[in-house]
Amino acid sequence: MSSSDTKKKETFGKTVGFVLAVCVVCALLVSFSAVQLKPLQQANKLLDQQTKILEASGLLAVALEQENIKTAGSADKSIVDTYNNRVEAKMIDLDSGEFIEGDVINFDERRNARDQSLSIKPENDIAGINRRSNTAVIYLIKDNAGEIDTVVLPIVGSGLWDLMYGYVGLEADLNTVKSVIYSDHKETPGLGAEVLNPKWKALWPGKKIYNEAGDVEIRLVKGGAKASDVYGVDALSGATLTSNGVTHTLQFWFGEEGYKPFITNFRAEGVQ
Amino acid sequence: MSSDAKKVLTGPIVDNNPIALQVLGICSALAVTSSMANALVMSLAVIFVTAFSNLFISIIRNHIPSSVRIIVQMAIIASLVIVVDQVLKAFSYQLSKELAVFVGLIITNCIVMGRAEAFAMKEKPVVSFLDGIGNGLGYGAILMLVAFFRELLGFGTLFGHEILPLIQNGGWYQGNGLLVLPFSSFFVIGLIIWALRQWKPAQVEKD
Repeated sequence: MSSSDTKKKETFGKTVGFVLAVCVVCALLVSFSAVQLKPLQQANKLLDQQTKILEASGLLAVALEQENIKTAGSADKSIVDTYNNRVEAKMIDLDSGEFIEGDVINFDERRNARDQSLSIKPENDIAGINRRSNTAVIYLIKDNAGEIDTVVLPIVGSGLWDLMYGYVGLEADLNTVKSVIYSDHKETPGLGAEVLNPKWKALWPGKKIYNEAGDVEIRLVKGGAKASDVYGVDALSGATLTSNGVTHTLQFWFGEEGYKPFITNFRAEGVQ
Repeated sequence: MSSDAKKVLTGPIVDNNPIALQVLGICSALAVTSSMANALVMSLAVIFVTAFSNLFISIIRNHIPSSVRIIVQMAIIASLVIVVDQVLKAFSYQLSKELAVFVGLIITNCIVMGRAEAFAMKEKPVVSFLDGIGNGLGYGAILMLVAFFRELLGFGTLFGHEILPLIQNGGWYQGNGLLVLPFSSFFVIGLIIWALRQWKPAQVEKD
């Protein structure tokens, strides 16, 4: 470019001034769009989370089947309405298993797990999560009579590439699985990412977490689980490490350092 | 439309394609082409960014001090990319989750900077804008073509609609596991470049 001979001579002050002006304009543009779009983005994030929780509880199909969902956009509204009517989010302390007061709306498991004062290093970290938040937000789903019929528990554990975040829906006995729904993962498409395959997800309902002795028995079975095996689910073909990750995640979260104290308490006392 | 403007707009699609001829922007072409929906959104994002970065840079081209011109270009491109990212998060949350970091990486896409430096710094705003759209279209055309083969043969779907029913869903088609993975785009892009140069021998590089 032969700009130097056609343009006026550049001075230091002019250059700095020009760069500053460009920066100010760019900064205004970026901050304006960020501020203007933030409410929409937060609504999207919340809707996404609520959709997954409803899916884990088996209510998503119900929410989407309601007769008023004919026009575009009303599906979202139906999800929010169903969520607000049927789901109650509650915070628990994982070590004691007791319900505690807390800000369930702004709870962020990932942020807590990074904060030394809000998390612990599990002694037996089979799920490979490194740090576990001291508290958790769980979701109680009520039937039309107001009785709790499903409990949705968030889970997280290492897959092949990265942490996989998801939800487990349990029947009111807190032993029978309703669903295992992954909401955020980075597994290989076509292999580990088959955790989202509806056929695989359909294998979960009715499986049991704990055996009669109270130990976590649920696991994925390579080569396919026997039909009579109430603790076994088919592993994902071609995705051994993802499958192991799912098994370890479930075994961690339903063990002593996961939800077991809460489940023991909840069975004894219900919602206090 | 004058023939010059038309040439600027359509030239980069076949005759001077940024991916196939100039071999720029390969990184994101590998990453986002596993499904056509992703490729389409990514193409639109790149078209938007190239077009407007070309426009803005061209408007101020006579005032940009040449000693800091790359930094100024980057600041403008980066701002546009952030805006695109914010808009995607607000209006297409699922896709923005899948595209994740690759929208942000448009900043480093050589096509955007290449056009800013090679074209917008010299030409008038309107024609620069068209050049940006044209190069975005050229990038998008290859992306969609690669995604077409990868999604159809890898997952048996197009835009998520089932075309070839997969065995794991009770059909007959065994998905091609290679095409599901990002590096398979090298093969697909290579074949596209070969086909293009068979068709237009003028694009073959001299030894």
